[in-house]
Amino acid sequence: MDPDVGSIVSDLCDMLQRYNKEQIPLTAETSLGSELNIDSVEVMDLIMEIEDRFNIDIPINLISDVERIEDLAKLVDDRMKGR
Amino acid sequence: MDIFDKYSLPAARHEKVLKVGTDPFNVRMEEMYSATEARVNGRRTILVGTNNYLGLTYDPTCIEAAVDAIRKHGTGTTGSRIANGTYAMHVALEQALAAFMNKRSAMVFPTGYQANLGILSGLAGSNDVILLDADSHASIYDGCRLSGATVVRFRHNDAADLDKRLTRMADDGRCKLIVVEGIYSMLGDRAPLRDFAEVKRKHGAFLLVDEAHSLGVLGDHGRGAAEEQGIEDDADFIVGTFSKSLGAVGGFGASSHPRFDVLRFCSRPYMFTASASPSNVASVLAAIGEIERRPELRHRLWDNASALFDGVVAAGFEVCAAMSPVIALKMPDEETAIYAWNRLLERGVYVNLALPPGTPNQTCLLRASVSAAHTPEQIAEVCRRFAALAGDLAALAAAHSEPVPASL
Repeated sequence: MDPDVGSIVSDLCDMLQRYNKEQIPLTAETSLGSELNIDSVEVMDLIMEIEDRFNIDIPINLISDVERIEDLAKLVDDRMKGR
Repeated sequence: MDIFDKYSLPAARHEKVLKVGTDPFNVRMEEMYSATEARVNGRRTILVGTNNYLGLTYDPTCIEAAVDAIRKHGTGTTGSRIANGTYAMHVALEQALAAFMNKRSAMVFPTGYQANLGILSGLAGSNDVILLDADSHASIYDGCRLSGATVVRFRHNDAADLDKRLTRMADDGRCKLIVVEGIYSMLGDRAPLRDFAEVKRKHGAFLLVDEAHSLGVLGDHGRGAAEEQGIEDDADFIVGTFSKSLGAVGGFGASSHPRFDVLRFCSRPYMFTASASPSNVASVLAAIGEIERRPELRHRLWDNASALFDGVVAAGFEVCAAMSPVIALKMPDEETAIYAWNRLLERGVYVNLALPPGTPNQTCLLRASVSAAHTPEQIAEVCRRFAALAGDLAALAAAHSEPVPASL
């Protein structure tokens, strides 16, 4: 994994603890939908928190492809690098 | 594998709701008695969840106009606006709406949902950015999606948050469309439009205000939240519906932008659907006249809202926003909300049950909306039944907190 993405994964795991109702172990592979059971509205609220934390915009059209924490970290990395 | 497997979770949740009593998402109005009463489950029920703000569904002038239109123009147009579905009355309604809203032009859609789909997907394209309030209605989200635009949410009713997001994307050369609502449907809270207008001017963005729940409700002339807050010139685009204060079905978009009417042949939801039926168009035309002629309807609406608000607060309920014709009571959890909704229906009061993800901040709500057609006696009776419900809920909470006897 790209070291930048790896460090974002660990930041995201911290932020996701609030949504971790079952207290499952969080890794890059953890699924937001099927494992963390975050619903579509919670995901959009989480996105606003991430936008503020990293000072970026993440258009909601881009989040449909996000399934695992690593997908989200890659998206954050892309947006931070202006991709 | 079955094509419906993906709905297993919501289906299981619905099964749980059904075990408590009536299906809140499939209530049958067995017979309508008036704008404010119907038979539900065989019981005469006061309706406090209809969005029928001015009670015009049974207005004699509107009814006569609709009946007359059906006799003269038939039951349906069987065609789209760009083919055989534009009658003189569609044009007359658009002119009346434009005049009423103080805008240069208006476009009529067969439903309010389609008005948002048509205006948003028509205005914004793949090179534009839509900034939408996080609590926006589903029709706004769907319109944004259909537009193909880049969609960024900002925190609900937070102009500073919008400003921050616009600042991040300053000078990117894209058109920005800000989308907010006048009154938000679930909680009944209002947008700080003056603050949004200031941010809009600062960044050279366009502003769209959805007045679905505020048209006929706010403003000295009933034009909505933009009128009430004195920012009508900053509201580049207005979307509204006919299915609330205007008492019919349909919706519209209005604007003074000189190029607005290009949407008549560039907005797919406008072009590729049958036009509104003659009875609908006629009753809405009449309803606009009633709103202009009878400001007392609006005053009565607010008197009723105030009385119900005071009543539920006195009964001990937590209300989610300042007083408005939408009064949302916060329930502690989903189970209590479903129980309370059923008890209220058994007591002959219909309100809307609103659950996540359709509500802001994961809240569970009993959502009431009042009408100018409610009599003071009806409102007083509804308050008494809410007070009785408060008693039911207190008993339920006490039963839950009782220690379990050791013998069990």
